[in-house]
This record gives sequence, structure tokens and C-alpha cells, in this order.
Amino acid sequence: MLLIPCPWCGERDVHEFHCGGEAHITRPAGADTIDDAAWADYLFMRQNPKGLYYERWNHAHGCRKWFHVVRDTVSDQILAVYQMDEAPPDIPGRSS
Amino acid sequence: MQKYSIFSLARNALSRHENWREAWRSPEPKPEYDVVIVGGGGHGLATAYYLAKEHGITNVAVVEKGWLGGGNTGRNTTIVRSNYLWDESAGLYEHSLKLWEGLSQKLNFNVMFSQRGVLNLAHNLHDLRELSRRVNANRLNGIDSEILDAQGVKDFCPLIDTSLTLRYPVLGASLQRRGGVARHDAVAWGFARAADALGVDIIQNCEVTGILRDGDAVQGLETSRGTIKANKVGVVVAGHCSVLANMAGFRLPIESHPLQALVSEPVKPVLDCVVMSNAVHAYISQSDKGELVIGAGIDSYVSYSQRGGFDVVEDTLHAVVELFPMFSRMRMLRQWGGIVDVCPDASPIIGKTPVQGLYFNCGWGTGGFKATPGSGNVFAHTIARDEPHPLNAPFALDRFTSGALIDEHGAAAVAH
Repeated sequence: MLLIPCPWCGERDVHEFHCGGEAHITRPAGADTIDDAAWADYLFMRQNPKGLYYERWNHAHGCRKWFHVVRDTVSDQILAVYQMDEAPPDIPGRSS
Repeated sequence: MQKYSIFSLARNALSRHENWREAWRSPEPKPEYDVVIVGGGGHGLATAYYLAKEHGITNVAVVEKGWLGGGNTGRNTTIVRSNYLWDESAGLYEHSLKLWEGLSQKLNFNVMFSQRGVLNLAHNLHDLRELSRRVNANRLNGIDSEILDAQGVKDFCPLIDTSLTLRYPVLGASLQRRGGVARHDAVAWGFARAADALGVDIIQNCEVTGILRDGDAVQGLETSRGTIKANKVGVVVAGHCSVLANMAGFRLPIESHPLQALVSEPVKPVLDCVVMSNAVHAYISQSDKGELVIGAGIDSYVSYSQRGGFDVVEDTLHAVVELFPMFSRMRMLRQWGGIVDVCPDASPIIGKTPVQGLYFNCGWGTGGFKATPGSGNVFAHTIARDEPHPLNAPFALDRFTSGALIDEHGAAAVAH
């Protein structure tokens, strides 16, 4: 069982949360002009890293707020939590 | 290859079974091969076997970072069926089911394929309509499939509680009588032994650490046991395909999640078919050893941990106990996780990549075991001819650019 540290409610059971997947995916500019490959890259292609992972969570059965989490996908250890409008933090001793 | 038969068994019994030969060699890797397959699970070993058997390419190595069949081949719930919705999937999975039907004889290895019937339960009107649509699609594609009402389910599998007092009552089911289960380890071992007999080198404890490229073409692999050159490399690494794609310099539309399964203590035969339910999320069968084999769901987050959350197991057991009240006092013996590579459309990717000579067979999500022989068969064709087999052409990576997705979320038993 994972404990997810909600910035507002503290550590809560993963059951209360909805995982929003990879963070910092930006919708490409120029929707009228970009080609199909650019759309495919935005819609479907993912980093899916083995190691440091920046992702979004929503406390769906709690405060219902969204936030970012940095997690190691090998150990599932959560290394940092930060707000939706913040840039991804560096994790000391770890390269992303 | 030492042929297995009743006579060889009797002959070896006379010498106290001390003279059986090893089922496959464990050679040192050669510096160069015509084709190297990365991943010694069922799909990779099947690919090597069909390369040698049907395409005459025998200078082949299979490199495996752990032991044969130690990944998802040894972690799944062994269900085989072909009742998928779309024509593309029907072609691929039915091709595989037909290969299963003669596999033990072809490999001279008992894969214990047992066509005991697969039920997919419906718990509401929408389920029933969806299953009816799928059954009709199956029949138009020449795949055996039928609809049962609640009484039909009770007759086919008397253990299921079909009373209307259930929170999610059983209203009916689809039944594929040719579906069933096979012994997962035996599938890996059978393909390994048959491939080895045709000259394929099977190299275990050999982890790929890099993919060598000359411009746009693949040249070989860096591994923990040295450099292996090859102009054709087939990657079949469930649970790590994004990692390998990253080495080759491109991205895949895949995310990796833990999927769990568990087995109970062994009991006398009680359940003689496979029962699956998407809606309440339970699937269950009984192994020949007597254990109930139960498939749980995936965790919603990306992880390579090979273990999942207990809440997922708990949800599945709730559903199993409601459907089968007699299992409420069964004790669970073991529980484990495997990492499944999930595509956005719940269909696999089999074909060429942006790198010349590099082929990927991945993204089978939660249901790759059933496709083992068919997947190896069409992937071998793709590698040998440098063009896809007609059956796997629709499953190319570029469908995510063209938009020609093959959405099988309804037919995949585990919600993705």
C-alpha cells in the first residue's frame, strides 16, 4: 500500500487518490499547422522511465486538489511533492 | 533433440532417470549472429523457434537478462482465448489459438493446453449488449463464441452464484469453448528446447546495456556478457520495452504498470472452466495442481517494482468471494506482480521501428500469454522478410500517427 503525501491533507492511503500520469506534457502550439507525428507525440508517446518519474496526483476522495509528485518507479519511494504551477525540482544525487 | 515419449520414459526409468540430457545447451555468446532476440520469455523463444523452423534462419541468439520465462511468461494466469472484437485482433489471436491446438505435438513437449472453455460474465444490460456484439463479431470472423443466459451460466459452471440478490448479479455470459489454459513454464521450456535443437543459442544471465547503431541501422548489442553483433535485432521485453526503446533513441506510446496474480492452497478439482468478469474485476481458474489461479487488477500508477498494492488484491477477492461463496474460506498461498506494458488502445505493437533492422514486439498489456505462439510466428516473419506478416501489419507503431487504433479495451479482461 502506497501512502501519498497530499500537500494539504498529509499522508493518506493511495485508495483515496486518482493517478493523473506523466506531468509536464504541454499541448503543442499551432494546432492548425503541426503534423500528425507531432500530435502522436503529444497524445500517445510517454517517457515511462525506470527511475525518477514526475507525475500528477489528485486527492479525489479528499480535498480534490491536484499536485505533483516525484517518485522512483523502481522502489515506488516518493522523493518530492510540489504544486501544479511549480517547475520540476531537482532531486539531489539523482539525475532525471 | 532427445525425443520425449512413453518409450524414452520407460528406458530412462530403467537407469533411475539419471541419464536424461539437458533440454537445451547454455553456450557462450558468439561475437556475431544473423538475428539476436532480446528477451527469453515465451514470445521471444517462439520468435527464435519460428525463425529457425519456418524461415531457415538458424544463426540466432536469444539473450535473456534473468532466466527463461522468469518475467511475465511465469507470472500470468495462463488463460488462452481469441474472442476479441475487431477483425485485426480476431486474425492475430485466432492465428495464435490455432497454433496452440497443435503445439504440444509440434514441440514434442506437453504444454498442457486444456480447452476447458472461457466464460466472460455480464452483470448489467450494457455488459450483455457489449458481449452480444462481440460474440456476433467473433462468429463473423469464424471464431467459436456463444451467448449464455443466467441459467446457461449456472448449467455450465454450477459454482457461480447466479441469484439476483448479488450486488452485481450475473445476467449472462459469453462462452468460448475452445478457450482454456496452458502451463506457462512449459510453453517457455518447450519453445526453448525446440529452438535449441534447430541451432538457436539461448543465453541466460545476459542483460542488454546498449543498442549499437551505425546511423539509422542497428549493428548489434552491448550486453553484460560482451558485444554481440547482428544486423537484425528483435526486442520482445515485456515490462522493459520503453527502457530498450530509450537505448535506441525513440519513444513508445506505452506505460508500465504492475499487474498482480495470486494462487490459493491446492484443493480437489472444483472448477473446470475459466471464469472472467470485467465489470466486477475477477478472473479465476483452477490449475492441474488444484490451486485456484486468480488474476487481480493493475495499479493505476507507472511502476517497475514487480509488486502491486494490497488494495488491488482486496478488490479482486471481494468480487471472487461474491461470485463463488464457497471460496470464502480458501487461504491464499502466494501473490506476485509482473510489469505489463500498456498501449493506449490495449493492443500490441509488432513491427518495424525508426531504426533499420530493429524490430519491436511489445505492448501486450495484461493479455499477452494467449498470443505466445502467434506473436512469435508473425514476428519471425517480420524479422526474416523485413516486412510485416499480413496479420501483424495493422499492429505497426505508426498507427498512433495515422490514427488507425485497434481499441480492445472491452475484450481485454483487465481494465487498462
